[in-house]
Amino acid sequence: MSMISVRTRDGELHSFEGRVGTSLMENIRSAGFDELLAMCGGCLSCATCHLYVEELPRTASLATPSIDESELLEGSDYRQENSRLSCQIPFDETLSGIVVRIAPEE
Amino acid sequence: MTRENHNRFFDCVIVGGGHGGSQTAAALRQSGFTGRIALIGAEPEVPYDRPSLSKEYLAGKKSFERMHLRPEDFWTSRQVELMLGRRVTTVDAAAHVVVTDLGERFSYGKLVWAAGGEPRRLSCPGSELAGICYIRSKADCDALVEVLPGAERIVIVGGGYVGLEAAAVFREIGKDVILVEALDRVLARVAGEPVSRFYEAEHRAHGVDIRLNCGVRSLEGSNGRVRNVVLATGEKISADIVVVGIGIIPSAGPLIEAGAEGSNGVDVDEFCRTSLPDIYCIGDCARLRHGPGIRIESVQNATDQATTAAKAICGDLKPYDATPWFWSNQYDLRMQTVGLNYGFDSVVTRGNPASRSFSVVYLKDGAVLALDCVNASRDYVQGRKLVDSSARIDRDALADTSKQLKELSPEAL
Repeated sequence: MSMISVRTRDGELHSFEGRVGTSLMENIRSAGFDELLAMCGGCLSCATCHLYVEELPRTASLATPSIDESELLEGSDYRQENSRLSCQIPFDETLSGIVVRIAPEE
Repeated sequence: MTRENHNRFFDCVIVGGGHGGSQTAAALRQSGFTGRIALIGAEPEVPYDRPSLSKEYLAGKKSFERMHLRPEDFWTSRQVELMLGRRVTTVDAAAHVVVTDLGERFSYGKLVWAAGGEPRRLSCPGSELAGICYIRSKADCDALVEVLPGAERIVIVGGGYVGLEAAAVFREIGKDVILVEALDRVLARVAGEPVSRFYEAEHRAHGVDIRLNCGVRSLEGSNGRVRNVVLATGEKISADIVVVGIGIIPSAGPLIEAGAEGSNGVDVDEFCRTSLPDIYCIGDCARLRHGPGIRIESVQNATDQATTAAKAICGDLKPYDATPWFWSNQYDLRMQTVGLNYGFDSVVTRGNPASRSFSVVYLKDGAVLALDCVNASRDYVQGRKLVDSSARIDRDALADTSKQLKELSPEAL
């Protein structure tokens, strides 16, 4: 079981089983969270799949954001240290237990 | 009212199953709309991501399942009744009724028209031949993918984004590609000359034979299949497939016939309301009456107008004022546009196109209207603020890449 927990904007935490081999964005979209717009479909052209990584499993690590991802996040009024574009995070077993929060609407 | 009629009443009928229609349904529920919602879509598939068609899907890099805008069970969980594979052919605005090509009649409280557009077809002799493909729907793209293995030589008609994106995919899988554009540069309707020239050079460097100022006179075939493209000059080019990307015609007919104001699309106000009672129009087929009075064909516009219309239906009147943005991926080039360059009177190129990372800034009366940023996300992000504030920045300062856009101060007026 590879679990993903998503905190929606109302503060509620939802957990569901993720599908390994697709992005975190696709997992969240497939689970029916309509707060995550992901307008460009995951091709790193917008920043509408912005979220905060609140908890990572202890043994997991995320690759550093690419320059493009960092620059797109820079355009957000709500950027934080733990901001990521979820389309840029490949979901695998090591991330089971990850907790993310959907960033506020721009 | 009979029971049957009652069953066919929806508090909101949404026409169109693309980005705009699906976002309208989602945004209505997010805004607390509790009425009955129908989403009527012409295509048989559940709403999907259309821009991937001319990119990853055509290249075989993305499965269709990964292009669903929402999971299939999303629609039932949000109590949105999907009615796919039918078109609304008639709108009776006074009676609040729509009729589909299957002969169904649905009455509505509110109607949101998000029908998008149909690809503009070639009209020259020979345009009915087999082997002439369009890229607008999944069905179009599937038909193209099916004939692709047997094709060595592809002629693309139209040097807009769809044609260029397809050219990039075809080159990457080793096809011979000739691109024919009627005007004197590619992207002539949407981008400034430096952007056009850059993309022409890139495609030529990748082996695309680009022919500018080149109209198509006719298509010739054998056994019902296209074989040659005859140019206006009389030159004949052989082709196994012809891919046509010459824009769209907005699907607005039934609304216009119902009396809605508009011609090339349906005119809407800042809340996406048409001139007809309780009828909204969004996305590719909506023409904004305020501002430059044009239609904007983009995912961003469809999505944000959907939200505007949904909120308005729920009594939350917020004018549509989203800053337009757009993207196009070709080869390893990521182009991002922010703002609308409509009516620009000058451009500044920021950075050297030869470095494959640069931006073009569009100005009108000295104020920044829009930017096209190629492999330059930083300019795209920082340029948005210049667009939002219609900043007036010295041209030399804009061109100076030693400074970031956010460091530039607007000129005093």
